[in-house]
Amino acid sequence: MTDFIASVFSSSNYWFIVLRSTAPILLVTLGAVITEAAHIKNMALEGSMLWAALMGVIVSAWTGNAWLGFIAGIAASVTIALILGLFALKLDANPVLCGVALNLFSSGGTVFVLFSLTGDKGISSSLSSKTLPFVRLPYIENIPWLGSILSGQNIIVWISVLAVLLIHLLLNKATIGRRIRATGENIEAAKSAGIDPVRIKFFTLVISGVLAGIAGCFLSMGYTSNFTSGIAAGRGYVANAAEVVAGGTAFGAIFASLIFGLTDAMATYLQNVGLPPELIQALPYFVTILGFVVVTVVRDHREIQRKRRLFEGETRSPFGGGSGKPPRTTSGAME
Amino acid sequence: MKATTKRDRGFFHKLGYFFSDKEKLEPTLVIILTAIFSIVLGVGLIFLVSKDPVQSARNFVLGPFLRTYNIYYLIIVMVPLTFTGLALCIIYQLHYMSLIVDSSFYMGAVIATAIGVNMTLPAGIHPLIAMLVAGLVGGLIGVLPAILRIKWRANELVSSLMLNYVFYFLGSYIILYFLRDRNQAILASLPFKATFSLPKLIPNTQLHAGALIAILFIVLVSVFLYKTRWGYQIRITGANPKFAAYTGIHVASIVILAHFVSGFIGGVGGAVEMAGLYRAFIWQANPSYAWDGVIVAMLAKRNPKYVPLSAFFLAYLRVGADFMSRRGDVAFEFVTLLQGFIILILASDKISNSLKIRRLKKAALATEGGSRTRTTSSSMEGNSL
Amino acid sequence: MDYLLQTKNLTKIYSNGTIANRGVDFAIQRGEILGLVGENGAGKSTLMKVLYGEESPTSGEIWLEGRPVTFYSSQDAIKAGIGMVHQHFMLVPTLTLAENLVLGKEPNKPHTGFFDLDRAVAITEELAAQYNLNVFARARVVDVSVSMRQKLEILKALYRGAKILILDEPTSVLTPQETDELFVELRELQKHGQTIIFISHKLNEIFRLCDRVSVMRDGKMIATHNVADVNSQSVSNEMVGREVQLTITKNAQNPGDVVLRVRDISYVDDFGIKMLDHVSFSLRQKEILGVVGVDGNGQSELVKVITGGLRTLSGQILAHGKDITNRSQATVRHAKVAHIAEDRMTEGAALAASIEENLVADRISSATYSSRCGFLHNDAIEKTALEIVKAFDIRCSTPKQPVSSLSGGNMQKVVVGREFTADADILIVSQPTRGVDVGAIEFIHKRIIEMRNAGKAILLVSSDLQEVMSLSDSLIVMNSGKIVAYFQNASQTTDKELGLYMLGLKKQTAEEIEGVLS
Repeated sequence: MTDFIASVFSSSNYWFIVLRSTAPILLVTLGAVITEAAHIKNMALEGSMLWAALMGVIVSAWTGNAWLGFIAGIAASVTIALILGLFALKLDANPVLCGVALNLFSSGGTVFVLFSLTGDKGISSSLSSKTLPFVRLPYIENIPWLGSILSGQNIIVWISVLAVLLIHLLLNKATIGRRIRATGENIEAAKSAGIDPVRIKFFTLVISGVLAGIAGCFLSMGYTSNFTSGIAAGRGYVANAAEVVAGGTAFGAIFASLIFGLTDAMATYLQNVGLPPELIQALPYFVTILGFVVVTVVRDHREIQRKRRLFEGETRSPFGGGSGKPPRTTSGAME
Repeated sequence: MKATTKRDRGFFHKLGYFFSDKEKLEPTLVIILTAIFSIVLGVGLIFLVSKDPVQSARNFVLGPFLRTYNIYYLIIVMVPLTFTGLALCIIYQLHYMSLIVDSSFYMGAVIATAIGVNMTLPAGIHPLIAMLVAGLVGGLIGVLPAILRIKWRANELVSSLMLNYVFYFLGSYIILYFLRDRNQAILASLPFKATFSLPKLIPNTQLHAGALIAILFIVLVSVFLYKTRWGYQIRITGANPKFAAYTGIHVASIVILAHFVSGFIGGVGGAVEMAGLYRAFIWQANPSYAWDGVIVAMLAKRNPKYVPLSAFFLAYLRVGADFMSRRGDVAFEFVTLLQGFIILILASDKISNSLKIRRLKKAALATEGGSRTRTTSSSMEGNSL
Repeated sequence: MDYLLQTKNLTKIYSNGTIANRGVDFAIQRGEILGLVGENGAGKSTLMKVLYGEESPTSGEIWLEGRPVTFYSSQDAIKAGIGMVHQHFMLVPTLTLAENLVLGKEPNKPHTGFFDLDRAVAITEELAAQYNLNVFARARVVDVSVSMRQKLEILKALYRGAKILILDEPTSVLTPQETDELFVELRELQKHGQTIIFISHKLNEIFRLCDRVSVMRDGKMIATHNVADVNSQSVSNEMVGREVQLTITKNAQNPGDVVLRVRDISYVDDFGIKMLDHVSFSLRQKEILGVVGVDGNGQSELVKVITGGLRTLSGQILAHGKDITNRSQATVRHAKVAHIAEDRMTEGAALAASIEENLVADRISSATYSSRCGFLHNDAIEKTALEIVKAFDIRCSTPKQPVSSLSGGNMQKVVVGREFTADADILIVSQPTRGVDVGAIEFIHKRIIEMRNAGKAILLVSSDLQEVMSLSDSLIVMNSGKIVAYFQNASQTTDKELGLYMLGLKKQTAEEIEGVLS
């Protein structure tokens, strides 16, 4: 068994698939991270991806241009995010319930639209949709092993890497990042500072919509070249789970989505070993829950250790170190 | 200030009370309006996409009543919806968001299949044993998200959704590898033994005794939630978990109990479907009755006694859509679309409370005393908030 | 009269129907410190929210500098020079003080447009020096004291150009000494030309600090006086609308045996702070032991550890000799310990449930109220509920109505009614009259004394110093998680002396404190 695993990990083809599988999850997880930072849960990522995948296919077939399809897909996905915002932020609905409702709406709606346009419920192959370009990297592709992993990936994979950087900058360096964090941590503080939390939340929802849209388009215009019903396969929900693992940072999202990507890519190899395909299909979801639970347990454990250490040692601030922080006096009526 | 007990009032008096008590009437009105509006929306969509909209719309709206077998079909569809609806009523009373009943139901059906195919038991007992075992397995499955939430604060919606995928694949695996009928082209299990099937209520139809079992469960869950100590503890925990712990309720135990009972009901539901409606397991995909269950529970305001009504409404939508899609060019999936829409509307407090808000504002402006909550010594007759 | 800011016939009705302000005429002169007083729910907070743009008036006008204005948001109010220091601080915990100061008006780096932290720190330090309100600009909010956070709140308002400062119950989180410091700072600000609205229900502070005082009651503005022309009694009467008895009468009792032994308990909170540091005391029958201290020095944690909501890291708790250390809240209740929770909204009551359901929650498993196979005895439940409603004067139409429909005082009476009829002889009472109207306060105080006279052992925790001092037989003072003083007889000390202990400026010797153990 260990030999098998070793052989898989040393195969460059495996890592190629890992990148390909991780990219869409990474994008939606980033979307989940940024909305969570503003304390609004976007559970409609699944539905957003579905509409993006469908509209990308439809518009690219209609216009003959993949990029126009791409834009249409993102627009559709952002629309879903805006609807979520409308109901959750303006009409006082439970955001989780709304997200779930929109996913339901999307899973039925996309098949409905597909059927109405093509007469086919399963797949959009009757439409001649376009795919987004794959990127050959001229010199890098010649590097042994690494070259075949990096070169030939769809452009979306590189966009997802870019997205990580952008989200990181957004949250940590940009002014609006601090406003987002203020909205997420203490909404009253944000309001009193003149920040409109509703606008901030809408902003994060739109960004998550864009990210989900890119991921959705990738599914039907990069990963494969058709829309099939249920193409998102629960990835939106996986992102909601991965967001917890990510711990609120952009780089954490990479780690979290890799958990899914590594297992998902493993699937084809496991078939060769004779494991039944149904159980293999379950594996990525199972591993995601596992990761989710493990991270929470580890975090809790660390908390308890920290408290114990602090109690036995002297009292000091856990956010210690750095420029001239004063010793603590009363913790006060902060909350 | 005497407390009025329900026993003092006759039925018509109560009915009159109900209609004059705006407080109680408004939420019901909103639900009824939402239901009507969703049908209107459905018709609108039909007109948008269909080449023969009038016929399709007629089939959708009136279809369930145009044929007798449609009416039977309506009741048949109500059965699984009732089970998942009841299961979710319990979960929602707890204010949790676990959707694990999907897995409980599906695996319940799988377990029942295994029992129906493999075991030989006398006629009445066979389906009963299947339901019991399916219920137990469903209950154990149902407890999983609760444990994850209690022990590790893992969000139960996310974990239950992930688990639904896992159990769906697991269930399919079991059917494929242990129970498959190789002679069939599609995925199907070996046929059930004759003793496994539930009797038909009306001969030569599909209407099976499962409907009676569903009714039984409605009564049982009603009693459980409102007449027993555990139901009371579940409702109090749902109202305020901190309060529940504070008053000495073992919250963790109650949450697990509620999830077990809910999962049990789901498992039984799956078994009932198999024993009542089918000759073998032939689901090609997950029927996902859990999503319908969400709407059934929401429309019923989490109260089991209204579940028949909301299950009926949802079944009506499904049967109408099915009837229409077989005879026209509109996809059946648009029901799912409508379902999403219904949940959106019902989840929006502003919409649900819009009537109440208007009424309260008018009342407050009109009267001097109004509806103060922080007075020194006024009594709180009437206008309560 | 040249008024800087006024309201004319202001009415505000919330969307749930509550009339919070009725026809309020409010006015403040330039450069004065005006006190605004009233009971909980009198409408003070709402009036300020309207002035600050957080709420819009249902009818009536706001006039600034002789001209009518409309505020569509707090941004408009801020632009007009109105700044608010809220009772619950509006700070983002993991950001630094400097970042909090500039939030909403952040300085950006010239080329990248990114946030400029150094500039923010510089701005903060400049402003602090100008107004003599010293703060650690680079420290995170969670790491600094409450009074420093409050100073930052004031600086925030000043940074945004406030000319009128509204302070909402600023001293509720301060010790007497910190309060003095604040008053000095406020008078300093007055000299700088600021106009200040000071909201409080502590009359002695109003009389020390303010030039004039406005009294509100039931959403109406009752009267405005020069502070020099009135006294506490007359203002108090205006606040309540009737003659108020400001003192509580009780006769001394002789405490009995020790029934609750708390030894060496400790607790560290989520931020790593030792909220309880080896605390020990004993509680006797027929005794009210009061716990005095500024909010946040361990009193809440003490209550929660004893009643089972939090786990102690050391020591032991014995109730009637039975070990209840780190047991569940259920077990503690079985050990005959009842608990009035400090927050009825989040813990003490289930708002969506009915009064009846709230009243029997702690005893639902007993044979009287449910059978062994689980069925509820609804008639017994209804009977008990009616009895408690009558005995505790809970104003409602029917015990089947939801608790959320009751006023604060009646809600609290539900909590008290349940806990005082529980099968318990140790009562842990936390903030029994917080947010409760005067009539209910009187009622609850009487019942606490009655419980004590009937032989119960009562631990009374309250941030209302007057309440604790007048109800308690003996007192302990807590500071930074430790007991720093013990007074066997509450009348032996004064509030000023207690204030010294509360701040940690004074500490009794170990022998003196040991008295609390016997």
